[in-house]
Amino acid sequence: MNTAVSTMEFLRPATLAEALETKAAHPEAVPLAGGTDLMVELNFDRRRPPALLDLTRITELAEWSEVDGHIRIGATVPYARIITELGSRLPGLAMAARTVGSPQIRNRGTLGGNLGSASPAGDGHPPLLAGHATVELASVRGSRRVPVDAFFLGPKRSVVEPDELVVAVRVPPATGPQQFAKVGPRNAMVIAVCAFALALHPENGTVGTGIGSAGPTPLRARDAEEFLAAELDWAGGRPLPEGVAERFGELVAAAARPIDDVRGTAAYRGHALAVLARRTLTWAWRDHTGRGSCG
Amino acid sequence: MSTATRETVAGRVGDSAVRPDAALKVRGEFAYSSDLFADDMLWGATLRSPHPHARIRSIDVTAALTLPGVYAALTHADVPGENRYGLDHRDQPVLAEDVVRYQGEPVAVVAADHPETARRALDRIAVDYQVLDPVVDAELAMAEGAPVLHPECPGGNVLRHVRIRRGDPEATAEVVVTGEYRVGMQDQAFLGPESGLAVPAEDGGVDLHVATQWLHVDQSQVAHALGLPPEKVRLTLAGVGGAFGAREDLSMQVHACLLALRTRRPVKMVYGREESFFGHVHRHPALLRYEHGADRHGRLVSVRAEIVLDGGAYASSTPAVVANAATLGIGPYQVPNVRMDCWGVYTNNPPCGAMRGFGAVQACFAYESQMDKLAERLGMDPVELRIRNAMREGSTMPTGQVVDSAAPVAELLRRVRDKPLPPPADPTDPRDLPGGVANTTRGDGVVRGVGYGVGIKNVAFSEGFDDYSTARVRLEVLGGEPVVSVHTAAVEVGQGLVTVQQQIARTELGIARVTVLPADTGVGSAGSSSASRQSYVTGGAVKAACERVRDTLCALAATRLGREVGLVDGKLVTADGAVAASIADVLGDEVIERTVEWRHRPTFPLDPLTGQGNAHTQYAFAAHRAVVDVDVELGLVKVVELACAQDVGRAINPQAVLGQIHGGSAQGLGLAVMEEIQVVDGTVRNPSFTDYLIPTIVDMPPMVVDVLELADPHAPYGLRGVGEPPTISSTPAIVAAIRAATGRALTRVPVRPDDIALAGSASRPVPSRPEVPCD
Ligand SMILES: Cc1cc2nc3c(=O)[nH]c(=O)nc-3n(C[C@H](O)[C@H](O)[C@H](O)COP(=O)(O)OP(=O)(O)OC[C@H]3O[C@@H](n4cnc5c(N)ncnc54)[C@H](O)[C@@H]3O)c2cc1C
Repeated sequence: MNTAVSTMEFLRPATLAEALETKAAHPEAVPLAGGTDLMVELNFDRRRPPALLDLTRITELAEWSEVDGHIRIGATVPYARIITELGSRLPGLAMAARTVGSPQIRNRGTLGGNLGSASPAGDGHPPLLAGHATVELASVRGSRRVPVDAFFLGPKRSVVEPDELVVAVRVPPATGPQQFAKVGPRNAMVIAVCAFALALHPENGTVGTGIGSAGPTPLRARDAEEFLAAELDWAGGRPLPEGVAERFGELVAAAARPIDDVRGTAAYRGHALAVLARRTLTWAWRDHTGRGSCG
Repeated sequence: MSTATRETVAGRVGDSAVRPDAALKVRGEFAYSSDLFADDMLWGATLRSPHPHARIRSIDVTAALTLPGVYAALTHADVPGENRYGLDHRDQPVLAEDVVRYQGEPVAVVAADHPETARRALDRIAVDYQVLDPVVDAELAMAEGAPVLHPECPGGNVLRHVRIRRGDPEATAEVVVTGEYRVGMQDQAFLGPESGLAVPAEDGGVDLHVATQWLHVDQSQVAHALGLPPEKVRLTLAGVGGAFGAREDLSMQVHACLLALRTRRPVKMVYGREESFFGHVHRHPALLRYEHGADRHGRLVSVRAEIVLDGGAYASSTPAVVANAATLGIGPYQVPNVRMDCWGVYTNNPPCGAMRGFGAVQACFAYESQMDKLAERLGMDPVELRIRNAMREGSTMPTGQVVDSAAPVAELLRRVRDKPLPPPADPTDPRDLPGGVANTTRGDGVVRGVGYGVGIKNVAFSEGFDDYSTARVRLEVLGGEPVVSVHTAAVEVGQGLVTVQQQIARTELGIARVTVLPADTGVGSAGSSSASRQSYVTGGAVKAACERVRDTLCALAATRLGREVGLVDGKLVTADGAVAASIADVLGDEVIERTVEWRHRPTFPLDPLTGQGNAHTQYAFAAHRAVVDVDVELGLVKVVELACAQDVGRAINPQAVLGQIHGGSAQGLGLAVMEEIQVVDGTVRNPSFTDYLIPTIVDMPPMVVDVLELADPHAPYGLRGVGEPPTISSTPAIVAAIRAATGRALTRVPVRPDDIALAGSASRPVPSRPEVPCD
């Protein structure tokens, strides 16, 4: 053992209750799920927490279930399972999960970790926004549910308190078509230059949207949602009126707050979001009205 | 291996002999240099400048040394020999003295008993920098009055200027097209970042185990900096992941040796990927201005070109890269009138040097873009235009050199053109579409384009360099069987050279059991594993040494048997074909060992005023056809297929040849559409694989490859260097295909989504042309 290298405690609770107690006693302990974000940070020496709180032994967090008509996805369910087990009920989220990293990353990486990192580029976030998900947080003080659009505070900042853990996300199963599309200059294994999620909710005639990598946090395009909800012929299923998809795209782009960075320019991000919004709407509405097969 | 009993041994020249490292690498069992280990070893780490340009007022290592577990913290003051190294000019300090000239320049090194401790010790070294304005624009660096970065360089910041004048440089033509092109900074992105282990020796010297490209050039530079005679610095090759030019310059070699000699303990240094981006040279970013003149039938009349290569902070191999860009800069075409000026320039950007293609890559993007532009202007088919101007055997280069072996440029173009085109993409499989699995299109906005490129590369070192390799071949009988061992210092960088050496020895001696000994400095230099030269030069040396061994064996057999015999398929055979004796019978306990230094035909310097001269020993050619699908609205590209035709003279190992063509094409694809080190104000913005993107298997399409074998009578087995040509022509072919799909001008690589998708990007303003000094 070397005196110069500070030690790091590795805490391994077996149950959620134990984990919450440990977190309350060691609020500085950093949760570890798949480690696909955290271990990179540690390896680059960007973080040196005094303790890690390993969540991988907690079976309660590693399962999904149906609760009160919602799909409740445990924080440590990896993307690979979301793709294979939830693809038909949460298609938007599954499509987003499919775009995360490589097979290895999808086997390890989790939604809890995506939310824990709270990166504006997290691919899990836009479909959760579009799907009207809530995040379930817990601590020894009790648990609370936060709508996902109130979860993010800024780049890599969220409402999670130091003694809290993300326990699960709750998402209503899709009642209509959902889409997710992400732009990157490589055809696989790429961090989003921008991303867009769309969910149509015909049961109440609303539209959900989520924008990734084009603002300090993942964003909803509320004006675009309202505009579209009013324009769609939910009952009759008429084709999209002329110009609606384009206008929807413009409103989505207008909701973004992109910057120029190493991955792309603000101008391109705005442009690409408009294209993605228009296209995903076209596909989703075709799916909804049963006109044309959309694969 | 059971092949020993066969009449003709397998694994000869022309067979796809299996590489010894193949299965190990696939299974993750190959020992890379980063796996080296010694009992009691320490870990070295490097403190690097955060500034691209700064004066160092002071360095204080005291606090690092007080950290428990730290054994040494060294600065330039601790370098016992001359604190300078460099491949062409010794202009680079081992550890910075009073000035740092690029971000990431090594300033101090430490050794500690744990890598973490070493890292922490670096944080405790206090360096007082006075930050200076960096010189970051190569053209401005050439201009009068620019701050001079290396006062000892006679040309100011101009490291080298090569000028070529052929025919009438002022010739006029009926049709003229001009263009200005830019090439971004590409990284070699090899497997296995820089690493090695230095072990202090009893004799006061040091043994260095390292992943490199050229053991002897490392040895001489390390010895010079350590103030030791070369024989006290012994190098052994450790497992190399890949190199592509990035290991030709020193990285951690001297640092590890300094620390080992100071601490008297073995010292291991391993760069991480991020450090690796600062630990080696990159491909030169380039600015290229061309003017092509042709008659109305498309026959080229003249090419006038100016190329500025940003060499970054130190010389590295910039002078040679400049010569390549200049001499190969009009491409594989016959042009009577040429005026070419190419400059290599010092700036405060990351140092640039060798990378696969070595100057030919940048030029090819520009001249092939010009050929397409000319074809469009003339309303001609772009392949037809190229064929009309294609050089062939007997053509004269702009340097006046006559191409004296096969140059099947037109044939290569015809072959890729005549391949059937791939079917339209299947819109139900997102992996076939631009954007891949990210679900950006179902065919919306997708337009197909086809483009062509052909390139030229010199093989081996040029301009009068004494370019040789040394091979020692030993024949003995072990357990009743003849066994050959081959010893060279030639570096296996993943290209398959170990197997090539084995194949040559089996071919020449007809003996199955051939061992290739570890490469080290215990035998003479093999030269660099670069410039597509090792099969040619080390292959030539091994062949020549085997011939000597064979002659000696036959002479010995003749005295023993009392008649003339030859060696056929590993048996001593009389003139009538009867087997007279086995090798074991003749040789008994005797050992035959021969060492040969082998050279390719000499080359000559370029005339400094006219650039005339037989500078190169061999030329190599490849052509590509690229088929792409472009999402024109989003600017995303899917390369659907790459077809390549290349002449390799003789395929020593056909499978390895295909591997080189696939790999080289992929590297060219990377430059076309994604690979760029983004440098802003001298600072690297993306030093990691998170944002320095290289192609994945979803990006790299299937290839259709034609390999031609038109023997070069001057080369061993007629072979022609293989490794670089496929990297050169794939980039312009892909960009041409994107242009065909989008109509955009696309004068810069890598092509970014913005360049395609955003209106107005075709007319992106280019900086006006400042006056450049001309010596
Ligand atoms: C090669 C590579 C490619 C990648 N590609 C993508 C991509 O395409 N798209 C993308 O979105 N991401 C990508 N990532 C990032 C990463 O995989 C995802 O963000 C992933 O969701 C993180 O999950 P994890 O379980 O690995 O999190 P961890 O690394 O274990 O944790 C991440 C953060 O969340 C915290 N945390 C984890 N679980 C909890 C919890 N239950 N409660 C509170 N906090 C918690 C941790 O403390 C840490 O701060 C990539 C990463 C790599 C290495």
